[in-house]
Amino acid sequence: MNGARLLFSKPWIWSFAATIAVWIVTVLFTGGASSLGLSQAALTFAAFSVIVGLGQMFVITLGPGNIDLSVPATMTLSGTLALKLMDVEDGMIVVGLLVSILLGFGIGIGNYVLIKLLRIPPIIATLSMSFIIQSTAIWTNRGLRIKPPEILAIFTTSNLFGVPNIAIVALILSVIAWVLLEKTIYGRWISAIGQSTFAARMTGIPVDGTRLVTYILCAVLASICGYLLASFSGGAALNMGSEYLLTSIAVVVIGGTAVAGGNSNIPGIWGASLFMFLVVSMLNTYGFGAGFRLILTGLIIIAVILIAGGRQANR
Amino acid sequence: MRISTGTIRLVIPAASLALLLAAVFYMQPRAMSYTGLNLLFNLAVPIALATVAQMLIMAVNDLDLSMGAFVSFCACVTATFLQASPAIGVLIFLGAIAAYAVIGVVIHVRELPSIVVTLGMSFVWGGLAVLMLPSPGGEAPGWARWLMTSRPPFVPMAIVASIVIALVTHFVIMRSSVGVLIRGVGGNVRSVERAGWSVIRIRAGTYALAGFFAVLSGIALVGLTTSADANIALRYTLLSIAGVILGGGEFVGGKVSPIGAVIGALTLTLAGSFLSFMRIPPDWQIGAQGAILIVVLGLRLLLNRLEKREKSR
Repeated sequence: MNGARLLFSKPWIWSFAATIAVWIVTVLFTGGASSLGLSQAALTFAAFSVIVGLGQMFVITLGPGNIDLSVPATMTLSGTLALKLMDVEDGMIVVGLLVSILLGFGIGIGNYVLIKLLRIPPIIATLSMSFIIQSTAIWTNRGLRIKPPEILAIFTTSNLFGVPNIAIVALILSVIAWVLLEKTIYGRWISAIGQSTFAARMTGIPVDGTRLVTYILCAVLASICGYLLASFSGGAALNMGSEYLLTSIAVVVIGGTAVAGGNSNIPGIWGASLFMFLVVSMLNTYGFGAGFRLILTGLIIIAVILIAGGRQANR
Repeated sequence: MRISTGTIRLVIPAASLALLLAAVFYMQPRAMSYTGLNLLFNLAVPIALATVAQMLIMAVNDLDLSMGAFVSFCACVTATFLQASPAIGVLIFLGAIAAYAVIGVVIHVRELPSIVVTLGMSFVWGGLAVLMLPSPGGEAPGWARWLMTSRPPFVPMAIVASIVIALVTHFVIMRSSVGVLIRGVGGNVRSVERAGWSVIRIRAGTYALAGFFAVLSGIALVGLTTSADANIALRYTLLSIAGVILGGGEFVGGKVSPIGAVIGALTLTLAGSFLSFMRIPPDWQIGAQGAILIVVLGLRLLLNRLEKREKSR
């Protein structure tokens, strides 16, 4: 009883419970034939949401109003630029990755410079920034579709002991993020800033430095995700990041991270990412049209939030 | 002479709009005419209405990420049901406004983050819009078309409509007791509660009012474009938030300005026209829009600083 209560007090349990329910319903419909394929696909696509979700989570933890809307544009530019630079040569894989990370660094700094120097709310600052990044991506891309280097393409699309490589990468990044969040002073600082920026400043926490690092971290994770996604899908496309704007926010919040900031949750991001993918594939399996699929996706998201948010009402 | 803080809040957005307009006139003197102004501000009316709707939600410290999807949904209803059988169309709109009130209640009662609930609703509205109009089409009701394309003497329709919207909302939000309550919920929920008001009712009313303005936005949009599709207004979500901020509104604290919001919407519309006059290559159009946003906000900061220096003197 005690164990169960402990388990149910974890905010991330709801997203996993929902995920398992949806998985079972989908597999039941197909008679169990697709369970392995479905699980692998879910892990792969969830991994991309997890990577961008981690970055968004750090930003959201900083407190009300902190959201990075430049994530999709950053993904697109990073994927486009990296593939162009690597130019199908295997030797350039590492260089491409480094350039992606560097690009994320630059964008993160740019975002924070706007927020700090112009005192613009982060939503507007990152939105303006994303317009500029998007234009740069259009200008670099020019409608060309360059293939990823052979080895990279194989790496991103294959499995290790049945687990997709992308999911392993996302897992490693999640563990690093968890350590960063729970075991380092930086993690304590961002939580403190999210709970009360004023109090954090009074206790001598370097608020500006911490926020700068957080925006850089988010942009770098988005860049890495763009690099991997472009390699996985066999080329960069100008709209490849667009669906990740809502996804990155949704997985963080469904996963149990407080939108008001100061309280974050990494396992929940995994649960929510798997859930978001499985809902769409379940509705596909049942053969719903595009309209019904959208409506049901929305209603299911709201239902999960209602159930998960119920605990707060009993406070 | 004493100037209220509300007026100061308006000076900056108005100055940025004037500056941008001056730049457009300098580059294209022919825009300084009835037809020119009409073309420049043509699409401003639906954006201004959506911005006012977003402003209402932001006045109670929430954020509506479903605005674009909802306006698209309303546009689809206008182009199909409202055109073919007005009674059903009006009923659908009443239902949608009621749905907005319910969302407000749910967010308040369960203490849910508005961002997530509206994010979920954006899927629902988008899905309903796709069901109604799987492919672009429909037809604008005659009266909406007539209203949006009418040519009043001296001043183009777009500007007349913007002024009317600004004045009406200014009266409702800044001068009426309902407006004070709405902003009060944003400023200090507890004090409104202690004063004996039902916050849940205020929030439901605010959301319903926002839904009403968004419905008007959808109708105005179809009046201009004559047909609709399910994705017609998706960019309004971000445009409306940017418009409120440009107009001097803030995310928290119930600090909003209806006139400012309309000016912000006009500025954003003008920025688009400005870019086409500049002959910026298409690749950089979106980026230049971002740059203009940054410049205008930088200007706001500069003026804020000047104002502070004046005060401290």
